[in-house]
Amino acid sequence: MIMERLRATRRLLNYTPKSLFASRSHPNSSEQSICRSASGFAHWGRYYEHQKRRFGGTVWAPLGVLGKASRIQCRYFGSVAETIQRDPSFSKLNSDDISYFKGILGEKNVIQDEDRLAFANTDWMRKYKGSSKLLLLPRSTEEVSRVLKYCNSRRLAVVPQGGNTGLVGGSVPVFDEVIINMSSMNNIISFDKVSGILVCEAGCILENLVSFLDNQGFIMPLDLGAKGSCQIGGNVSTNAGGLRLVRYGSLHGNVLGIEAVLANGDVLDMLGTLRKDNTGYDLKHLFIGSEGSLGIVTKVSILSPPKLSSVNVAFLACKDYISCQKLLLEAKRRLGEILSAFEFLDNESLDLVLNHLEGVRNPLPPSMHNFYVLIETTGSNESYDKETLEAFLLHSMEGGLISDGVLAQDINQASSFWRIREGVPEALMKAGAVYKYDFSLPVEKMYNLVEEMRIKLGNSAKVIGYGHLGDGNLHLNVSTPQYDDMILAQIEPFVYEWTSKHRGSISAEHGLGLMKANKIFYSKSHRTVQLMASIKKLMDPNGILNPYKVLPHSMICDGSSVQT
Amino acid sequence: MKIMVAIKRVVDYAVKIRVKPDKTGVETQNVKMSMNPFCEIALEEALRIKESGLASEVVAVSMGTAQCVDTLRTGLAMGADRGIHVEATGALYPLSVAKLLKALVEVEKPGLLILGKQAIDDDCNQTGQMVAGLLGWPQGTFASKVVLDKENQVATVDREVDGGLETLSLDLPAVITTDLRLNQPRYATLPNIMKAKSKAIKKFTPQELNVEIKSDLEVVQVTEPPKRKAGVVVSSVDDLLDKLKNEAHVI
Repeated sequence: MIMERLRATRRLLNYTPKSLFASRSHPNSSEQSICRSASGFAHWGRYYEHQKRRFGGTVWAPLGVLGKASRIQCRYFGSVAETIQRDPSFSKLNSDDISYFKGILGEKNVIQDEDRLAFANTDWMRKYKGSSKLLLLPRSTEEVSRVLKYCNSRRLAVVPQGGNTGLVGGSVPVFDEVIINMSSMNNIISFDKVSGILVCEAGCILENLVSFLDNQGFIMPLDLGAKGSCQIGGNVSTNAGGLRLVRYGSLHGNVLGIEAVLANGDVLDMLGTLRKDNTGYDLKHLFIGSEGSLGIVTKVSILSPPKLSSVNVAFLACKDYISCQKLLLEAKRRLGEILSAFEFLDNESLDLVLNHLEGVRNPLPPSMHNFYVLIETTGSNESYDKETLEAFLLHSMEGGLISDGVLAQDINQASSFWRIREGVPEALMKAGAVYKYDFSLPVEKMYNLVEEMRIKLGNSAKVIGYGHLGDGNLHLNVSTPQYDDMILAQIEPFVYEWTSKHRGSISAEHGLGLMKANKIFYSKSHRTVQLMASIKKLMDPNGILNPYKVLPHSMICDGSSVQT
Repeated sequence: MKIMVAIKRVVDYAVKIRVKPDKTGVETQNVKMSMNPFCEIALEEALRIKESGLASEVVAVSMGTAQCVDTLRTGLAMGADRGIHVEATGALYPLSVAKLLKALVEVEKPGLLILGKQAIDDDCNQTGQMVAGLLGWPQGTFASKVVLDKENQVATVDREVDGGLETLSLDLPAVITTDLRLNQPRYATLPNIMKAKSKAIKKFTPQELNVEIKSDLEVVQVTEPPKRKAGVVVSSVDDLLDKLKNEAHVI
């Protein structure tokens, strides 16, 4: 695909840390709002005062890039302290450890500098902040192996980190875990032009891979708004979904091989480049989506589809949610093999984007419709695709499914439509505090949740829904001026219970990380989770890989641990 | 009053262009083609003038191979009333285009001829000026604002020039070429795309218009600009001085 998609995430990431630190030293104390806890934990205790002074509050951060000052809600969870305690069986770092790491990695790649650590300790949404004192930048699988072997023997907890764009706090330390950042392992190892199989290291930034493949006439099978910063190792470890899943499927299908390092330093070379290989248990799938808790992915071999020349994007308006669903069905039937994306956003989402982002205009003025759908087709024959798409759109319009719509006539127009859809998370960040949820639900029921939440919260918050309608994935977001526990209490556990009742997933693509570590039972049975815990204990007996995340604490911390 | 707008089919603005291996031009096979952005702005301006009641009809003109019809359809979908396609194979340089436009103006007799200031494939910035000269019409190029006075048959055009803005008053009929800040082109809405299917596109050939396509220009070679060399990190001031003196020869 040759469209330029704007990198909202990267812009925010590029400048945010500096401004954040500038204002942190002069907090606007009169406006210090009360520091809020992590999801659902209402009890405060002695940590309250401590956090209020050091971490909480509303911070003014001038948005230099975009030219106007705006409030960014910062909500630090310091140590997500009341219910999670630092596991006392983990050792604390000492100077011998630092020297040892320097010996393996060299001085430059052992970071103890406060500013860089602060950045690595904080997640993209600025909701989670760890207190790690050490950031390591290994440059090869060998170095990762030696580091992990040492950490395992010393019982030092580690956090594997890629682009740090995750939305559930899975990429930052909870306490003082050592951060192993893969950014230095960013080489493309090989590319087979005939089969389209790309082999690269885990630290390659997705956008760079896209550019590389573009020159060869191929594309990456996944695409997400964070592409300017996210790394392929992280994408694989979180089984990232994204905008193209409806066409190219999930990473479980596209990743052909993985090289990973286990907790004890063993290197597992499963870096096959074969489309078919039925020899034994396909272990690479364990690493796809386990969020770094079973091993650190160091290399990935991925199948890339050929780049097709004809891309068409249409931005449509529907009067109600039922029309959106019917449109999806019609699209799958009539556009069939050329459909490459089907996204939806509601009226409130568009409103938010138009108000908070620069250079964005409503493609369908003057009225605001209730729902908007973005359809993209990708094919090899320009005129055929355009004809098919136009015929489908006109037919849908005559059938009353679409109330209005526009078809992009060139790449710039197509980009501007995508900017609207991809800009919703960024607009939410600018609008204030946001509670973010990501559910897989049956398509018919999906929007009911948004409407119920809207009724429940009334005027106290803005509830918006948008997402990958083509995959049955709703991104439910509640936007409030400030974080407020009362609102949180009305959202959770209601949304989780609702999802569970409809046999949906409480995390369609974002993963569990820290945010939903104890929520897995809403979507998975007890026995299933028990088996997961057994696998975790088998592969990481000391539990050093990304602790406190993914699986419920009760399943992991049952006392038994094996010294290797 | 009729407005005629000339639009050109070019390689899409957002595409990364590549030079053909034989260096005769830029690769256009399997590459996304769209309407020239300045032509979009020209058409948008014509449509706005029509919507304000000062013109009765907007005619879009394009010249070239059969695929130009796609671009004309886009123009019709934006709101043009009729299309004219001048079928011509081979390269069309600005002077030929200007001559063809003059012939069409004599057929259609528009009160205003609006073009984009230049095409993004050749960056010539010549056609508008040439056709004004051939027709003997006044021209307002690089327009960033156009105000029509129908009663007095005068167009007031703000031009973007190097020194700032220049305001000209042109007697109609006139030629206007549009610059970037004139307006923001509209999207092609589905109802309009539907209507466009029934709008007429008339075909002409250069022979019918009594224009001979020949050119005194020949493209000899097309090459990429030299790649920017990577910088070098020097280790000390002495090293820097050494490089400035012996490698760059600037001191």
